[in-house]
Amino acid sequence: MDIAYLEILIVAILVTTASVIPGVFLVLRRTAMLSDAISHSVLFGIVIAFLVVQDLSHPALIVGAAATGILTVALVEMLNRTGKVHGDTAIGLVFPLLFSLAVIMISRYAGNVHLDTDAVLSGELAFVPFDRLLLGGLDLGPRSAWLLGGMLLLNLLFVLVFYKELKVSTFDPELAEAQGFRPKTMHYALMTLVSLTVVAAFQTVGSLLVIALLIVPAATSYLLTDRLSWMLVIGVVAGVLSAVFGFAGAIQLDLSISGSIVVAGGILFLLALVIAPRRGLLSTLRLRRKQRSDFAGNLLAVHLLNHQGTEKGTETCQSDRLAASLNWEPDYAQLACRNLQARRLIEKDDGVITLTEKGAEVARATMML
Amino acid sequence: MMTEATVQQTASKPDLNAPLAVEVNDLTVAYRSKPVLWDVDLNVPTGVLMAILGPNGAGKTTLLKSLLGLIPPAAGKVQILGQPYAKVQKRVGYVPQRGSVDWDFPTTVLDVVTMGVYGKIGWFKRPGKADRTAAMGALARVGMENFATRQISQLSGGQQQRVFLARALLQDADIYFMDEPFQGVDATTERAIIAILQEIKDAGKTVIVVHHDLQTVEEYFDWALLLNVRAIASGPVGEVFTGELLRQSYGGKISFIEDMQRYRLGEDAAALQSSARDLPPWESWGGGEG
Repeated sequence: MDIAYLEILIVAILVTTASVIPGVFLVLRRTAMLSDAISHSVLFGIVIAFLVVQDLSHPALIVGAAATGILTVALVEMLNRTGKVHGDTAIGLVFPLLFSLAVIMISRYAGNVHLDTDAVLSGELAFVPFDRLLLGGLDLGPRSAWLLGGMLLLNLLFVLVFYKELKVSTFDPELAEAQGFRPKTMHYALMTLVSLTVVAAFQTVGSLLVIALLIVPAATSYLLTDRLSWMLVIGVVAGVLSAVFGFAGAIQLDLSISGSIVVAGGILFLLALVIAPRRGLLSTLRLRRKQRSDFAGNLLAVHLLNHQGTEKGTETCQSDRLAASLNWEPDYAQLACRNLQARRLIEKDDGVITLTEKGAEVARATMML
Repeated sequence: MMTEATVQQTASKPDLNAPLAVEVNDLTVAYRSKPVLWDVDLNVPTGVLMAILGPNGAGKTTLLKSLLGLIPPAAGKVQILGQPYAKVQKRVGYVPQRGSVDWDFPTTVLDVVTMGVYGKIGWFKRPGKADRTAAMGALARVGMENFATRQISQLSGGQQQRVFLARALLQDADIYFMDEPFQGVDATTERAIIAILQEIKDAGKTVIVVHHDLQTVEEYFDWALLLNVRAIASGPVGEVFTGELLRQSYGGKISFIEDMQRYRLGEDAAALQSSARDLPPWESWGGGEG
């Protein structure tokens, strides 16, 4: 493979994995849309910082962006605290304001600079190999690889060091507060990382697609596991897979690389949504079927128990009488019979069904509920 | 292990010489300049099992949270075990309302219980094997040891409450605050929980519970606070749980109070049941949000 391709792939993997780590906590805190707000409003900080330093690659841009990210979160929370707006409304009020201010400032003061809104919104992975990090004439590779690698490291470090604190303040902020863990500080620290990640990523994938990188692999992972630690691990794996598949697809079909990475992530999510072992649609469907069938079986078991020894206690599965006496559709009666048979709770003798001992037990337990 | 024996009022008297478990002076708490607690004074001796009682909107949960420093007061002073909360934080156990957390969170029962020691081990350090063993012990005490590896979304309401209680037990605190531990739990769990609370109290510790069900107050608790934005009365249940004081606390719901008095005179137990059910503002007489 061409070295340039390899560089693009590595950067793609770095950007997806760096994003998914804070993304997991955004998903768990049900604040996924905050990332949308942050990713738009950081432009405001970038523009302000650019107007001051007049250099697109100056680190002050990152600082400005991160500060705006935090400002966004603070403004959203302030608006929510007034009690005059609810839920997502505050988000919808804050980020368009900051974003539009940024757009106005670009068109008014920076019209001739390469800081157009298109570049911010979409970004392009294909340009990664052209922007090198040079140190005393030595080529150290693409600049974005270093930036995103550093971001990945920072995010990893944060989660490893504050794992317990993040967990308790995400799951039970009140307990965390009562234990002295400052969940609000954790929240703002996390949001700072989200802002930094967005800035680090926006040159390569754009500030719109980074939302997908923050949320989609994390949401996929949420469906696949019941442990926070595994959610982080699987999230990273899902991120890597979408980078690899997306990259391969883009090369094969000559598509936008960042676009197809997000599409690959979306396909992985859809797969998980359907086949996830416990939270997936198929297993939910299967569980519901089983519950329906068990319920029907239990009802029939109770009926048989209540009428044991009488004429009604000796039903046959085929007879319309069973359906009639319980006012059931014949299909439902069949379902109940099959369920009890499968669970070995009834015995069939010449078509006549009677409860087994275990069946009587189940019937009694059902009535106890 | 969990005991389901009938709960008996134990004879153990509160220790009046020990420092007060809770001392509140002139506490006022306001949300956006609307006071929800007005000038509350409260002294709770060590070693009591106390119910915080009052109608909806009386500020019961607010009082609990401001005792724990979760809500800053507009005025007044709170001391726990003779000191500001921050100083005794590790000696305080807190059981929030069951509904205050996301039970779909990807974690296990044992893990949630283990969170009880996070405050003790402090920043950065991870819980160790000894902590997890202790957590298993706490789970066993609430009869949930077989659920340790379960994902928490698979629990019933009563089981969730037991997990919360186990988490508090693990904190091994000197004073416990619980917000509606009986909300929407089954009768078995309610018995089990109150039995454990009695055990804690019998060990000389203090338990303060936001409670809804007036019918069980005399059976479960030995101390009570009647709250309706102001502290109407607090003290031994026998002194506080009177028709007059209840009427003051619960205001217009006179018919209920009168039924309560008749009930207390043994005239008509059923009337109490029926009129209680007719009271729409009562949040959770039976099922709760379960």
